[in-house]
Amino acid sequence: MSTDTVDSPHNGAASPNGAAPKIRAVAVGKTFPSSHGPVEALHNFSLDIYEGEFLSLVGPSGCGKSTFLRILAGLAEESSGQISIHREAKPSRPLSSMVFQEYAVFPWKTVAENVAFGLHMRGVSRSERSAIAADWIDRVGLRKFARHYPHQLSGGMRQRVGIARALANDPEILLMDEPLGALDAQTRTVLQEQLLELWQEGRKTVLYVTHSIEEAVLLGDRVVLMTAHPGTNKAEFDIPLDRPRSLKTTAEPEFARLSYAIWESLRDEVQRSIEEAE
Amino acid sequence: MSRTQNEDRHTAHKARLFRSLLVFAGLNLVVTLLGLWPALWWAMALGNFVLLVIMAEAAAPLVPGTRTHLYEQTLAVGFPVLLLLGWELLVAGGILSPDWFPPPTRIARALWELSTEQNPFTDTSLFGRPWLLPERVAADGAAGAAALAAESHLFATLMRVFLGFLIGTIPGLVLGVAMGLSRTIRTMIDATLSAFYVLPKIAIFPIMMLVFPNPFGEGPKIAVVAISAFFLVTINTMVGVRDIEPVLLEAGRNYGARGLRMFRHVVLPAALPVIFGGLRLALGTALIVIIAIEFVRSQTGVGFLTFYYWEILAPEKMYAGLVVVMMLGVGLTAGLTALERLVMPWRRDVKQKKGKR
Ligand SMILES: Nc1ncnc2c1ncn2[C@@H]1O[C@H](COP(=O)(O)OP(=O)(O)OP(=O)(O)O)[C@@H](O)[C@H]1O
Ligand SMILES: [Mg+2]
Repeated sequence: MSTDTVDSPHNGAASPNGAAPKIRAVAVGKTFPSSHGPVEALHNFSLDIYEGEFLSLVGPSGCGKSTFLRILAGLAEESSGQISIHREAKPSRPLSSMVFQEYAVFPWKTVAENVAFGLHMRGVSRSERSAIAADWIDRVGLRKFARHYPHQLSGGMRQRVGIARALANDPEILLMDEPLGALDAQTRTVLQEQLLELWQEGRKTVLYVTHSIEEAVLLGDRVVLMTAHPGTNKAEFDIPLDRPRSLKTTAEPEFARLSYAIWESLRDEVQRSIEEAE
Repeated sequence: MSRTQNEDRHTAHKARLFRSLLVFAGLNLVVTLLGLWPALWWAMALGNFVLLVIMAEAAAPLVPGTRTHLYEQTLAVGFPVLLLLGWELLVAGGILSPDWFPPPTRIARALWELSTEQNPFTDTSLFGRPWLLPERVAADGAAGAAALAAESHLFATLMRVFLGFLIGTIPGLVLGVAMGLSRTIRTMIDATLSAFYVLPKIAIFPIMMLVFPNPFGEGPKIAVVAISAFFLVTINTMVGVRDIEPVLLEAGRNYGARGLRMFRHVVLPAALPVIFGGLRLALGTALIVIIAIEFVRSQTGVGFLTFYYWEILAPEKMYAGLVVVMMLGVGLTAGLTALERLVMPWRRDVKQKKGKR
């Protein structure tokens, strides 16, 4: 993987409080080979993410959001551009954990085993990892289901397992790929509030992909928009809404104003991606 | 309102059940009185089957919900019992020849004889007379037990299936995993494997007889079982590993699983359901192959026993051999199912849900 580890502060654009970005992606491109020629999934995409920031990434379907997350997670390699990640000194802590767009909890492991998976693979002792897992299972409200297998759970519960698995792993960066995308509107709203609470406690660096503009605004400190396929930077919006936020935030006039502004900016791209698909 | 409707429906079901019972009894009585069974027995068998279905369907809504399971079990057990009864009656009535279709009671008696007595010409028995075990062990120790095992046809067949299965399955699993994980290995071997896969495995028995120093010993027989199991297990394992959801592998990698841990915690459990499908097929094939080989080239085994009693024209004992082959198949499959439940606890109630449908 060509992801560099940068130890000295970067001398590029500074964050609001003057620190170097946690992640700096510059002009990243990704091309997949295919039988009818190369497919460009990402084109000249740049992004800075700061320590402790909750960044929402929004873009039309197929614009390369998942691809970008996979590159950050080391599951794929960029074809061009540079990515530098400012690593912590502690080597035992994993760099990133992903909550996948598809249900990617292991069907053959119980809820408790799924949540403890990252710790298990890192060699954390059984007693320690089950204590940590139990704590996270509690926090996502699945205590009664710790010994259940995923197929015995509803979709919303399964995705909470995926989220707890990522959080229990205590990564430096949390990568979330439409974690609530497959859920019904009500379950989704409940989980959005849960996510806000969980994030408020830990203030992790989060890169959050979503199709919902409201969700992006409610959760994010910043919303980054991508163009239709191949994805590149479209626009960026700061979300100066007060923290801690809750569902009540959605009733503020500022929330509606921001959501509409973002939609105005995104509309053409969605139109374009629909036309291309036809 | 609805209660009276329900009652109406209830009486309607009862009437239907009563009518079909009447038709069933009447038809059989008339055909019996007129002595038409020999001419019409196959039509009667068919007609009675249809009437039975109608009666069972009429009875089903009358069964209270809590008893549905019992009712279905009665059908499942009752039908084969009726079949056996019909067979018995057809032979007793002189319609089926007892030479080709000895009645079930005679087959059961033959099975009892084969189990309890030693054949004086071949010095063998079906099960190896396990009740003699304590006294033989007391007399000769382990050699006594071995001698009893050696005279058992069932033990001979079981050992061939078991050893062949084991010898074929383990390398099959290893090669299958390698092919599933590595595109290169898969590309190299796939065509060859598919070519061998379609070959009826029994056809390689003559080659095996040439390969082994003792062509009539156990070697060639076990080898053919092993080879047939090997191909089925290899192909299924390869498919099982190749078709793992990529996102599960990515999740494994992202959460730090590498090498053996990746295999143990992600690849293997993800592929197990398909691998067990392969084991099931391999077991069925192993049984076919071993019985066929025992028919032609063996002095022991359940297949030999069956064929031997065909040659000396003892049909009820031949049928008894077939019954044992059936029991063997059922028993081994049940063993495999138990193993499956043991190693895949997460699929236990998935199965049950399917079964209830
Ligand atoms: N492994 C691959 N091989 C070939 N093409 C790929 C591969 N992965 C993604 N692509 C292509 O790259 C483009 C971007 O895919 P990606 O999954 O990143 O989009 P996305 O923004 O996550 O979409 P969605 O919102 O629907 O999840 C798509 O055109 C897709 O077909
Ligand atoms: Mg995606």
